[in-house]
Amino acid sequence: MIDTSLSKKKDPDQPEISLPTLKSQRTKMGKSEDSEKKKKIKDVEISVPIVYGNAAFWLGKKASEYQSHRWTVYVRGATNEDLSVVVKRAVFQLHSSFNNPTRVVESAPFELSESGWGEFEIAITLFFHNDVCEKPLNLYHHLKLYPEDESGPMSTKKPVVVESYDEVVFTELSESFLARVQNHPAVTFPRLPAGVTLPPSVSTEDESKKKRGDTKDHPLSQWFLNFSEADELLQLAAARQQVQAHIAKLRRQISLTDGQNQQFKPL
Amino acid sequence: MDAKDILGLPKTPLPIPQEKKSRPQKDSQRKPDGISREVYALTGGVAPLMPSIDVSQLKRRPPSDEKITWQWLPFTSSARKDDLQLYHWVRVVNGVPPTGDYSFAKYNKSVDVIRYTDEEYEKYLTDPKWTKEETDQLFDLCERFDLRFIIIADRFPTHRTVEELKDRYYSVSRAILVARAPSPGEVAGHPLVKEPYNVTQETERKRALSMVLSQTKHQERKDAEVLAEAKRIAESRMAARATEEPDLPVPSDVGPESAEGAVGPGDTISPANVQAPAAAIAPSTSVIADNASTLASLRMLRVYLRTYALEQMVQAASSSAGLRTIKRVEQTLQDLGVNLKPKVPTKAVCAEHLELRKEILTLLNLQKQLQYKEAEGSSFRDGSYGDMPGTAKRSQRAADQDRTFVPDTISFGVIPGDRVVKREQKRKGPGRTSETPSSPAGAHKRPRKMKASDL
Repeated sequence: MIDTSLSKKKDPDQPEISLPTLKSQRTKMGKSEDSEKKKKIKDVEISVPIVYGNAAFWLGKKASEYQSHRWTVYVRGATNEDLSVVVKRAVFQLHSSFNNPTRVVESAPFELSESGWGEFEIAITLFFHNDVCEKPLNLYHHLKLYPEDESGPMSTKKPVVVESYDEVVFTELSESFLARVQNHPAVTFPRLPAGVTLPPSVSTEDESKKKRGDTKDHPLSQWFLNFSEADELLQLAAARQQVQAHIAKLRRQISLTDGQNQQFKPL
Repeated sequence: MDAKDILGLPKTPLPIPQEKKSRPQKDSQRKPDGISREVYALTGGVAPLMPSIDVSQLKRRPPSDEKITWQWLPFTSSARKDDLQLYHWVRVVNGVPPTGDYSFAKYNKSVDVIRYTDEEYEKYLTDPKWTKEETDQLFDLCERFDLRFIIIADRFPTHRTVEELKDRYYSVSRAILVARAPSPGEVAGHPLVKEPYNVTQETERKRALSMVLSQTKHQERKDAEVLAEAKRIAESRMAARATEEPDLPVPSDVGPESAEGAVGPGDTISPANVQAPAAAIAPSTSVIADNASTLASLRMLRVYLRTYALEQMVQAASSSAGLRTIKRVEQTLQDLGVNLKPKVPTKAVCAEHLELRKEILTLLNLQKQLQYKEAEGSSFRDGSYGDMPGTAKRSQRAADQDRTFVPDTISFGVIPGDRVVKREQKRKGPGRTSETPSSPAGAHKRPRKMKASDL
């Protein structure tokens, strides 16, 4: 049972907004609720760090003209946790020269393997569970088969891996969603506003029977890249410091020049 | 030649007769006809489509049935008050001289100056500043000179300004009109009554006009600058006022710690929501408003990628900057060793990145400000006739702007640490010397300040 007194209910007279507007005229989010199940909590966001990209193996001797590489495109949790807690399914849209270019993956790990010779843009659409978000999200990844260094030898053992880090941010959070993920490692759980409590999460399935959706022991996991925000933060902090020092210096110079100009100003 | 023989072609080339043919063609095309070629080309190079002068009108001869003579005859004019007879040539048709008044008499117009009687003067028109004599004189002159007040002022015996004379004349006329009118309603439409002469306003207006006329070029430029500045301030104030309304509901949403119950925010937000649609129509140019609206639109999406969010925020922050400035910001980022798009876009990294970009924008603005101030300073020192040298300095400064920016950024490309600090200190040295006022070669200070040897 969901505690109605403590959760924040959206104004029932707020009509549903389906399209994003650049100059938003309303600052409240949320749809009008009919059912008690979808109680939304505002001012809180949840972010799910993901990594998406591809790994491509050159087939070496077994390579033919149209099938020179074996590649896998995937979306994984940034720390290799199971994304199926939020993602219902992933649709990979391949180049039209492929048979059935729209490939749907219904369970984690959300990946797709194919063989081919060409590099092209793959559109990945993530569909989320109903209590997470009704709108899908699009990612775009340029399939990379050939190494950057064109002169180097191509090896069948070491794949060409290109990954991108990003975070999926959810702004409308239903209580059920929050309850479900409150202790899940794949999700960056936010600090809840005071006075909001969640029911304890109940595991709906027997853990052992579920297929493993995390990618910690994935065959490609040895090639996965590491993304650490610490380096970038350090870099940014140092840069900001330099800029701030320069700004202070300029401010001093400007006031000095102002003083000088006062002397010479014609009456 | 032999080949031509074989083929049976004529030996002499055809062009010669062709030339002769084309030349007369060209000549006829040119057709200067008395005017030079260039002048002809000015009018389009071709003959005019419509004749500008009706040729048939040019040499018209009078109809042959009439007999025209010219006679030296006397005439009088109704415009004259005496009986002076003057003589002039008259076109006589068939022995009949023309009748009618002198043809220019109709131009003898004069103004109807209202004359008052002495009684009327005593009753309505006395004024402490004017004697009856003066007023009489004024009206005489007005009649003589048809209200040409500048001439009247010249000839007026006592010294009075044009505005004073006008004021006296118009107020007297007005008073008389009103006094003589059977009812006030009848004269209400008379221009003299409807629009009275306003002395103070007129004096002020003329004073302002003469000031504007006598402005020097320098003052003109200053005025233009001040006006532009005022316009900018007014615009930003208007924008700030317009964005105040969307700003009101935003803070209450943005705060993650909003601990109030459902009633509180609900109350404050619904009236603000009514305002917000109206405010959203007004163009908001301030960065705060852009940020607020970007945040709000992001939340509208319900799900988005952090990289997309960063892009939007960066766009909003640089909305007031031109393309060139944006390129310079990116250049600075690169020189600082920062990725233009963060490789690990977590919430913290994106926030830092955005702040860094904003700080760089501030930095660039300050640099520009400093350059303007220094330009001002050197133009002051050089005197007010800074037109030509001034513009030359400005273009120099524009060139210097690009040059001086590069040495600035070179220092950023160093590993942060002592080296940077040292260079900053070192730069202070030449900076100080350049601030001492020197000769009119003010423009040349800039390169000296930032020479490569300093770094």
